[in-house]
Amino acid sequence: MAFRPYDTRDERLLIFFEVILLKDMLNQIEQQAIEALESAKSEQEIDGLRVKYLGKKGELTGILKQMGGLPAEERPLIGQLANIVREKIGAKISERFAEMKSESVKARLSLEAIDVTMPGKREAMGKRHPISLVLDDITEIFLGMGFKVAEGPEVELGYYNFDVLNIPKDHPARDTQDTFYINDEVILRPQTSPVQVRVMNRQKPPIRIIAPGRVYRSDAVDATHSPLFHQVEGLVIDKAITMADLKGTLELFAKMLYGNDMVVRFRPHYFPFTEPSAEMDAMCFVCQGEGCRLCKGEGWIEILGCGMVHPKVLKNCGIDPCEYAGFAFGMGLERVVMRRYAIDDLRLFFDNDERFLNQF
Amino acid sequence: MNLSMRWLNDYIKPDVPVKRYAADMTMSGSKVELFMTEGQELKNIVAGKVLSIEKHPNADTLYICKVDTGGDKPLQIVTGADNVTQGAFVPVAMNDSVVFGGKEIKAGKLRGELSEGMLCSLSELGLSVNDFPYAREDGIFLLGDDCEKTVGMDIREAIGLNDTVVEFEITSNRPDCLSVIGLARETAATYGEKLEVQPLSVQAGGGDVNEVISVEVKNPQLCTRYAAAAVKDVKIEPSPRWMRERLRAAGVRPINNIVDITNYVMLEYGHPMHAFDLRHVTGAKIVVRNAEDGEAITTLDGVKRKLSPGMLVIADSANPTAVAGVMGGEFSGVYDDTSTVIFESACFNGASVRSTSKKLGLRTESSSRFEKGLDPENCMPALMRACELVEKLEAGIVCDGFADVYGAKKERTRLTLDHAAICGLLGLEIPESDMRRTLKSLGFEVDGKQVTVPSFRADVECGADLAEEIARIYGYDKIPATAIRGLADGQLSREQKFGRMVSQILIAAGYSEIITYSFISPKYYDKIGLPKDSTLRKSLTISNPLGEDTSIMRTTALPSMLEVLAKNYHNRNAAVRFYEIATEYAPQDGEKLPREDKKIMLGCYGAGVDFFALKGCVETLLECAGITGWDIEAVQHDNAFHPGRCARVAIKGEELGVLGEIHPLIAENYDVQAKMYAARIDFRALLAHSNPEKKYKPLPKFPAMTRDLALVCDDDMPVLLIQKEIEASVGGILEKLEMFDVYRGKQIGEGKKSVAYSLKLRALDRTLTDDECDKAVQKALEALEKKDVKLRS
Repeated sequence: MAFRPYDTRDERLLIFFEVILLKDMLNQIEQQAIEALESAKSEQEIDGLRVKYLGKKGELTGILKQMGGLPAEERPLIGQLANIVREKIGAKISERFAEMKSESVKARLSLEAIDVTMPGKREAMGKRHPISLVLDDITEIFLGMGFKVAEGPEVELGYYNFDVLNIPKDHPARDTQDTFYINDEVILRPQTSPVQVRVMNRQKPPIRIIAPGRVYRSDAVDATHSPLFHQVEGLVIDKAITMADLKGTLELFAKMLYGNDMVVRFRPHYFPFTEPSAEMDAMCFVCQGEGCRLCKGEGWIEILGCGMVHPKVLKNCGIDPCEYAGFAFGMGLERVVMRRYAIDDLRLFFDNDERFLNQF
Repeated sequence: MNLSMRWLNDYIKPDVPVKRYAADMTMSGSKVELFMTEGQELKNIVAGKVLSIEKHPNADTLYICKVDTGGDKPLQIVTGADNVTQGAFVPVAMNDSVVFGGKEIKAGKLRGELSEGMLCSLSELGLSVNDFPYAREDGIFLLGDDCEKTVGMDIREAIGLNDTVVEFEITSNRPDCLSVIGLARETAATYGEKLEVQPLSVQAGGGDVNEVISVEVKNPQLCTRYAAAAVKDVKIEPSPRWMRERLRAAGVRPINNIVDITNYVMLEYGHPMHAFDLRHVTGAKIVVRNAEDGEAITTLDGVKRKLSPGMLVIADSANPTAVAGVMGGEFSGVYDDTSTVIFESACFNGASVRSTSKKLGLRTESSSRFEKGLDPENCMPALMRACELVEKLEAGIVCDGFADVYGAKKERTRLTLDHAAICGLLGLEIPESDMRRTLKSLGFEVDGKQVTVPSFRADVECGADLAEEIARIYGYDKIPATAIRGLADGQLSREQKFGRMVSQILIAAGYSEIITYSFISPKYYDKIGLPKDSTLRKSLTISNPLGEDTSIMRTTALPSMLEVLAKNYHNRNAAVRFYEIATEYAPQDGEKLPREDKKIMLGCYGAGVDFFALKGCVETLLECAGITGWDIEAVQHDNAFHPGRCARVAIKGEELGVLGEIHPLIAENYDVQAKMYAARIDFRALLAHSNPEKKYKPLPKFPAMTRDLALVCDDDMPVLLIQKEIEASVGGILEKLEMFDVYRGKQIGEGKKSVAYSLKLRALDRTLTDDECDKAVQKALEALEKKDVKLRS
């Protein structure tokens, strides 16, 4: 369409129509474009529409070219309108593209869905033996209280196990029915006490040690007996160590091992190597001291033996009992482990069945 | 020790319920195991009087009784026993009652006749003829004159089956507490009371004892005292009910008056006694001497026993009549027709009694008391108590005086009461007056600071012993709980930390910890194919093992591991991986004790494991443990392993351990069809080579270059040699050398293999040029060429 000059009035009228026509055309383009974009099914289709409407040879550009015939004062009006239409179409295109992308991602992700209830892939981890687990706990507690861990031979001189510890030659503990002998002089240690003797022999006080380890007693294997089991013994020697220190240390140990609610008592007992001697009982976990089957009606369960180191033992180890005092204690480890994990048969520890070991 | 509370009450009456008494005694040092009331089980059984008896109309062997049990009207009870008489008093289990053994009795009909309960025999009350010798074992218990014949009275009260028995666990240092008086003394001290023991009195009048019997002690070391009394005109009969009841409560079977007296005195005074018939004492002379070589004795239990000269015997002028303190001979008892009885109250050396009883394999109540060491001062009170009881029971006429051979009397121990030292040891301030009172109540004599220990307390030897006596009566619970003063360096040693690290590494690598016995069977060495001349076969032997399977101390932990693998295999555990830090015990020449080595044992079988999986674990372990310069090279020296699948870990030729596949024939010994793998690595050698120091290396600033090489060599050439050659010739710029392929095939040629390596080259201070890299690789290729390793064309 071309414009011919008319008289001013005609021309103005003509321009008026022209503007109206252009506006109409722009609105029409906008409407068509939006509709087409709405119904577009793919990214390519949208891209085609972008070229069709907004491209260099697109419809909107065509309209803008026609604007050249308008008087200068009318051009901004149409230009403005054309820009609004361009923006609207552009926005729609972006919107549709985003929608399309999100749909295509969605479609891809839905294809990628997995059954999360399928088994996980695990790195095979080994397990620590339950006896070691509990021993590690006990060790941590005593390390925290300033104890070191002492070790010594399992095949031991009877001298260190009996004579030094004030167990006389004819004492029942020396019976071959209790202790394994290699020969008259050499035994398999029935307790870890000789470790303490060796420490006292080579180290000046202060001494603060625990001595965990394997011990041997001539007991046939059954649910509660084993010829080999584990003990944790302890020894503290310094100036002015008191029985109150023994109580404080072992009470704290019991609370740390069994929990803060643990109630313990110290009951007089007899050991040849301590004086005064005691056993520490824990209030029965089940009946709280009332007496039940677990505690055999006593209300208390024996936890460990302890006492102030006998002056004779100190002297035998070259420590002056007038200058130094100390306390010692000892407990069987297996019973603690059995109680913790509710294990009812000692043999399981040494059977080493994978199905057992795997549970810890 | 079973304590009859009724018996205890002769001496002291603790004014607390028995539960409280048990708790108090436990806390003062005499631990109570349990306490029980006799006849506890029995319910609703009363004494009844038989009013009439008729034959049962429908049964020949049954009777119908009308019994008065104190109710509105007599009960009708059917019984099968034939000893019931009209007017007799009998135990009647009424409707809804419980007899001994927990059996419930209810009213019912017997052959059509109503029976409203049951008449009881002794056994239905938990008793035997020993308790009531006049009763019949197979009939109804007809209450005798020693029972309270009150109709309707609870049967326990009527027959005296209502004592409370407290069972004590007495520690081996307190044989004095294995007695009523000993426990009465502890009770008195516990409650701050004083123990009163009535003085003993014996009338006697049977003529001079020395005319009846004479005593000679030939070994006063082993027999510190021998006291004897004689009783004439003895009448052997059952002892009275009160005595039988007390013996029964203490768990001792009543026999006859004389034997019961010896047991009664033993329980009351804690001193074993012996009674024998003078007729069987040849020459009326008692000689205490060592057994002679070749002598034998038939003991009371009918067993003939050989004696040896170390054993002490009681003999007459001819033969041994008893093993001192252990058991009498077959003719050393009392008999129904015994007329003169000799009571022996002696004191024998504890160690000697123990060793004799052990050698003879004969442990008795007497020997177990003597071996704890008894008080010779207690011989005479015990003997006098026996005589007093003879008179009380009118069992005979006691002769005048005692035959008493008492060697060197032991000095009483004297100690100083060091108030400050005791308070210091206990960490508790106790007034000195309280200390004195406690010691006195326990039988100590206290004079100012001087304490004299009673003769029955041989266990008290020093100040610490006094501290215990005072503390236990004062109450351990009164001692405060304090923390040890001073700082201390609580930490694990380097070896202990290393052990924990090894465990952590192996657990992360999938190996679970096992714990195995240190002792094994000598057969296990054959089972792992150990050569006959191997030094590992020299192990310590336990002289008193439980059995052959646990009779020697292992010199190698390999059998322990294989046993565990086999056990798991037979338990159908499909795949397992185990480790143990195991101790081995190697005897050392000239040393009394063996060397105790620790070995890291690995063992596995099943899916996912093969030689290289095991090797990978060992390599991880070596690397994480901070060990450098190790090699893993082929060896064939261990019969337990597959000769072509066994390697050793070595550092500069020093062997740290071996690993490999278990020889199929060895696996067969364990009946395992799967391939088993194991490793045994010296823990301390590993520790010695480990370097705990770690230093940071700066991250590289310059890029790395890579070169891939495909090399052809003889098939049997260990790739380790190629690797070493490349490392040596490329030198410091070789950051990483990785083998990524091995190929065997026609293109390579028979007996050859192609090994492909990727070399990562880097310099820390500059970017390497291609030229530098090519030259380095060229150098490696030239070196390899000399080893007959060529670049694959």
